Amino acid sequence: MSEKVGVYICHCGSNIAGTVDVVELAKFAGELPGVTVSREYKFMCSSLGQELVAEDIQKQGLTRVVVGACSPHLHEKTFRRACAMAGLNPYLMQMVSLREQVSWVTEDKALALDKAKAMISGGVRRVQLQEELEPTPVPVNPNTLVVGGGVAGIQAALELADAGYPVFMVEREPSIGGHMAQFDKTFPTLDCSACILTPKMSDVGTHDKITLLSYAEVEEVTGFVGNFHVRIRKRARGVDEKDCTGCGICIEKCPRKVVDEVFEAGMGYRKAIYRPFPQAVPKFPVIDRANCTFYERGTCKACEKFCPTNAIRFDQEDSFLDLDIGNIILATGWDLFDARRLSQFGYGRLANVFTNLEFERLCNAAGPTDGKIVLRDGVTEPKSIALVHCVGSRDKTTNPQCSAVCCMAALKFGHLVMEKTQAEVTSFYIDIRAPHKNYEEFYDRLQDEGMHFVRGRVAEVTDAARRPEEEGKLIVQVEDTLVGKQRRLPFDMVVLMSGLQPRADAREVGLRFGISCSMDGWFTERHPKLDPVATMTDGIFIAGVCQGPKDIPDSVAQGAAAASRIQGMIARGTVMIEPVVATIHEENCSGCRICNNLCPFNAIEFLAEKSVSYINAALCKGCGTCVAACPAQAISGAHFNNQQINAEIEGLLYDAVRGNGGAPKPVAVPA
Amino acid sequence: MKYSYFPGCSLEKNAASYDVSTRAVASRLGMQFTEVEDWNCCGATEYVSLNLTAAYSLIARNLAQATKNTGLDQVVAPCSACYLNLRKADKVLGQDARLADRVGKALAAGGLSYKPGSLHVRHLLDVLYQDVGLEALTAAVTKPLTGLRVAPYFGCMIVRPSFHNGGEDPEYPTSLDKILKALGAEVVDYPMKAHCCGGHMTQISEDTGFEMIRRLIKGADDYQTDVIATICPMCQLNLDGFQGAMNRHFSTNYHIPVLYFTQLIGLAMGMAPKDMGIGDEIVSAAKALAKIGTAVEPEPAGPARRKKDDKSLPMPSRGGGVA
Amino acid sequence: MHRKSASNPFLEEVAATAPGGDALRTCLQCGTCGGSCPSGPDMDHTPRMLFAMINGGMREQVLRSNTPWYCVSCYYCTVRCPKEIPITEIMYALKRLAVRDGLYDDTTAPDFSKTFIHWVEDYGRSFELGLMGVHMIRHNPFGAFKIMDMGVGMVTKGRMGFAPTRIKALDGLKRILAKAKELEAQT
Repeated sequence: MSEKVGVYICHCGSNIAGTVDVVELAKFAGELPGVTVSREYKFMCSSLGQELVAEDIQKQGLTRVVVGACSPHLHEKTFRRACAMAGLNPYLMQMVSLREQVSWVTEDKALALDKAKAMISGGVRRVQLQEELEPTPVPVNPNTLVVGGGVAGIQAALELADAGYPVFMVEREPSIGGHMAQFDKTFPTLDCSACILTPKMSDVGTHDKITLLSYAEVEEVTGFVGNFHVRIRKRARGVDEKDCTGCGICIEKCPRKVVDEVFEAGMGYRKAIYRPFPQAVPKFPVIDRANCTFYERGTCKACEKFCPTNAIRFDQEDSFLDLDIGNIILATGWDLFDARRLSQFGYGRLANVFTNLEFERLCNAAGPTDGKIVLRDGVTEPKSIALVHCVGSRDKTTNPQCSAVCCMAALKFGHLVMEKTQAEVTSFYIDIRAPHKNYEEFYDRLQDEGMHFVRGRVAEVTDAARRPEEEGKLIVQVEDTLVGKQRRLPFDMVVLMSGLQPRADAREVGLRFGISCSMDGWFTERHPKLDPVATMTDGIFIAGVCQGPKDIPDSVAQGAAAASRIQGMIARGTVMIEPVVATIHEENCSGCRICNNLCPFNAIEFLAEKSVSYINAALCKGCGTCVAACPAQAISGAHFNNQQINAEIEGLLYDAVRGNGGAPKPVAVPA
Repeated sequence: MKYSYFPGCSLEKNAASYDVSTRAVASRLGMQFTEVEDWNCCGATEYVSLNLTAAYSLIARNLAQATKNTGLDQVVAPCSACYLNLRKADKVLGQDARLADRVGKALAAGGLSYKPGSLHVRHLLDVLYQDVGLEALTAAVTKPLTGLRVAPYFGCMIVRPSFHNGGEDPEYPTSLDKILKALGAEVVDYPMKAHCCGGHMTQISEDTGFEMIRRLIKGADDYQTDVIATICPMCQLNLDGFQGAMNRHFSTNYHIPVLYFTQLIGLAMGMAPKDMGIGDEIVSAAKALAKIGTAVEPEPAGPARRKKDDKSLPMPSRGGGVA
Repeated sequence: MHRKSASNPFLEEVAATAPGGDALRTCLQCGTCGGSCPSGPDMDHTPRMLFAMINGGMREQVLRSNTPWYCVSCYYCTVRCPKEIPITEIMYALKRLAVRDGLYDDTTAPDFSKTFIHWVEDYGRSFELGLMGVHMIRHNPFGAFKIMDMGVGMVTKGRMGFAPTRIKALDGLKRILAKAKELEAQT
């Protein structure tokens, strides 16, 4: 039974028609075997264009459709839908990319027409062997996993929970809050960071729909969108959460003090048993076994002695939790650039050189100095402070990207310095980046308040004085580019605006979830402009700085966006899985398992009882690797089976096959 | 450990003590040096300011001559400028086909040829640090330099640009510090350790040239340095030879001797000062060297305990804020 | 891949003469080079300013500037430049262009280099006494008195060579350099 193929050549304005003779092409197509109707039209993707197809399907009884237009990435969905609405199975339509693969890659009209003919010919042959396919609906589990308890993750969790859906939040540190909990004030409103964050943290901690798993990490993820299985490792706190009241006596009595490298950014101390900060959610402390006397020598046990509710459990072990999850949001945040990599700034060697995060802790009223801005001796108030922009940002030797927040943070620091001290503060910048709402006005405010600005990227910070007036000071050596001269300026304190960089384990974490990182290490979004919170893996979303440097409003917006997408999927209840998948024909499978480890999506499992391999259609992306690899040719790829591919090849070589008495036509060589 | 040895023009006369101490130390530590046959001047920073092809041809002739030492693919240069020139030429000729073609034709006019990448060019400091190693050095020390405060001075061309500095931090290198520590000296945390001595600037502009020297001497003096240890003859000449003129220019009165690190290694290995060329320096090292062996052993520091009222903030260990 | 500038041939000229010089197009004008330069305060223009002038096509002013001649080749600018522009090599290229076109007002530094190389070309090795002698007479006649003690010290310590050393294959070297200059002139 022969098929009735309709061929539609799109002009795409002049994008295709400007290079390809679409009239001639349509005429050529009309003469191909199997083609009933062949048209060319200015914009096939328009509603009129789509109606052309629909009408022909209904009136001419078309059984197959070929559209020669742009890339399937753009309009495959459009034309599939048009066919479906006219009653033709959408997988009986084939798109031929005459734009991205022909008119956009050559200016030679003869070559373009040649290639276009070959491609249409291939499409026409292939489409006649295509089969009806149906997407599979899979149910969406309403549980969502949010990985990371910073502001982006918190926002996402609250939105989903408030909509009535269960959320599991996993946070690596003993408390949620992330970096935002470390800050003093936020720009440009100068809101107290903790004051605006802790209510949300509290909501998360008490919400009946949110299960907070703190001091925990995700060990393993299997499954597919709507149907993930996640194994969580709950690390041993050493404290029984059921008995602990959060009174804090254990912390008071603990005799071991260590430098708090995480929350206090190395500026303060904590005990071996600790809460990262007073408003920690949850309130349960954690024993840092690496620095606890009991684990080192078997003695002390002060916490256990004094705990009024007997909540200390030295022998507690990590436990595991297995969860069924529908969708996952990764909101894992960022690491600070290690300023010791740029030794010319003296961080780590010169006592009064600080990083931005250290300075936040100084300014914070709950910080190691109760909010007093002092030098490393903990006592002296600086009279002059330098803020060095772009440390580990905009720099091909370290991180090429701009970290987006440091200019604004520097302005904020300027304000805090002038509010809390009598010091003069100078910003050394390349550009002042103040793009968002009220940001430029904040810059104006700081200029007005008396902050100094020198345009020049600091070359070095040194204590080697050249002149008597430099003795005992930190010298910032810089070219004041607006003046055109090198200057050496003395300061008591230097703050390096260290950049944001991806978490050290971002790549590893991404792989665990089946998503990738871009070359610069941030998680890869599905589309940088139009789909920043989705990833190429259905069901896995990203939000916040883990997708790229951004400020708090943008992080919150992305958290909400990811939550909103998931809410939509949960409300729908099912998600359609594309039917372009591979299938293993059991009767031909010898159980060699060669395909098992080749699958980039871990979609193939081995069924031991039957001694054959099996492809999970929901995980399969139809890449074809296993199809090609199977030595018994026991695997077929739907919509890309051998007959279809061979037909397309034969079509492409149409002019070698017919005419010329069977001998191949000489290939046209570009001029 | 066998190497071709490229002394460079300075080591003939001006920096003869560097040459003498290097050869003595090398042989004691089991290194065999074969001088490059009929080597020529590397051109320092002068030729490359005048004519690109001629400059690289001048350098490449040395590389070609070095290949005549059959079986030796490592060339050691004690002078930083020679080192940078030889290593840079080898790299650039391997990357810039057109320049390599011109240089190849020029060399051919002299009956020579050189295939870029055939030799590994090393600085003497790197060879002592990596190939000999700190353990072997420590083992060879019989007269530790205790009591001597030494400022390690790298200068610029050995650590910058970074393609050739063997992984050292181009701003804050530490290999020389570690060697001096192995010799038993008290190593000064010299902030100017990788700053430039000014090269030939004293001859272009006295103000600029002498100022660059002053900064280095002052920096060492601020840290109570007894001796500055150098690894380059130009640095030695600037800091030592011109120290007097610099003092007069600025009405200062510094007196800090400048020795080659190989001279100090030799002394620590028990060799006679005369054999190390000690005494060749213009600013005499006699007083400083007399301090060796006179220091009192410092008491071993007990475990540091924070005092109750100590308000000071901890210094960064792993870098602030990184989880 | 970049578009060649027809309106600024000087930029193209400089970018082509230094290996890696194309990076000059991406200069941020951040000033790290000018801030790092140890002899920067004494230059007519900071290195950064010079690059702005190159971008402005100001060929004569750039080549007449004393900036490249005050470069001490410390390479601080090169390792710190956030765009990885080979600044020191560009300084060498500018010196070569200035010499070729005779565009420098202060002859001190160019003469020094030329005098240095004169001895190398004639003997195969540098000759300090000859270099200092010729240079000081021409450019700093009273300077010799300032470093008299150093001169005396060098002599008494045997650090002063009184005659240039001649390499054996000097003829070969001369042929090499002659050929090199001939080929360079064709570029």
